Amino acid sequence: MGVMKRMSGILQAKTNKLLDKAEDPRESLDLSYQKLMENLQKVRRSVADVTTAKKRIELQATQLQGQADKLQQQAKDALTQDREDLAREALARRAALAPQLADLQTQHQQVADQEKKLIVTAQNLQTQVDAFRTKKETMKATYTAAEAQTKIGEAVSGISESMGDAGMSVQRAQDKIDSMQARAGAMDELLASGALTDLTNPVDDIQAQLDQVSASSTVDNDLAALKAEIGAGSPAQLGPVDDAPATDSGGAPA
Amino acid sequence: MIVRILGEGQFDVPDTDRSTLDGLEEALNAAVDGNDERAFTSALDALAAAVRKAGEPLAPDSFTSSDLVVPFADATLAETKSLLDQPGGERT
Repeated sequence: MGVMKRMSGILQAKTNKLLDKAEDPRESLDLSYQKLMENLQKVRRSVADVTTAKKRIELQATQLQGQADKLQQQAKDALTQDREDLAREALARRAALAPQLADLQTQHQQVADQEKKLIVTAQNLQTQVDAFRTKKETMKATYTAAEAQTKIGEAVSGISESMGDAGMSVQRAQDKIDSMQARAGAMDELLASGALTDLTNPVDDIQAQLDQVSASSTVDNDLAALKAEIGAGSPAQLGPVDDAPATDSGGAPA
Repeated sequence: MIVRILGEGQFDVPDTDRSTLDGLEEALNAAVDGNDERAFTSALDALAAAVRKAGEPLAPDSFTSSDLVVPFADATLAETKSLLDQPGGERT
């Protein structure tokens, strides 16, 4: 038997399970309606779960992108200070973030697709709930055992089949969310542990070296000024020093 | 005949398209049996596309049972296999 008939058999088995519970066909109408409402609630909860998962991924992507931007800026700063080695290091680290970002984008796309499908499923179920509510009452009112049994059976099979479909869709979305949440949890840990953030921490090694370059160039300038003073015999104009405000008498102590 | 694509809805497909669907399903069956993920993906794509093209979508409140059911159109082979393992999915 082919895949399509087998799939159909699976939905049929779910339908039979539902029908077996009702002795009177009219009961099966109420039972189906009740199940339909439960299904709608489940799908709605699932939509909410998917939306939450999507937002979490968005947040992580923003954090990672922020780190990538910062490394880019550090590379620029390093080049300004003639430190190509540091710029190279910053860019290498930025490149290392790219696969993580790409992975998050893929996940985001998947979750967004799931969300879209579940929203359509919920809308369709809502339509079915509304239509079935009227239909089941009409069927009950015109019920004459012989002919109605088949009609009711048909309607219930149809509604059960779409509930089976909706149930499987919800299960599928839930499985996806579960696996994504496990990955998102791992990413959160990675972000929190500093394995990623350390790269761009204000006191990270790239920043420290950039600061050092800037400090040593100040020393070079001061040194040059002192040398000039000795050569010319006039007081040197040294650069300002932190925590030591310049006095009115001017210049550094001779 | 009525064909459902899981997660998408039902389509009323003219009986004259039956042989087209049968041919496409054969490729899908072979991919499932041969555990061939790539063949599976393209066969499932082709089958779902054929149903959408040949069929007229049914309103969600039509309450009709389907003659044939296509798995979730974007499902992986593993996912579909585990669905087929459920009660009612036996080959008999």
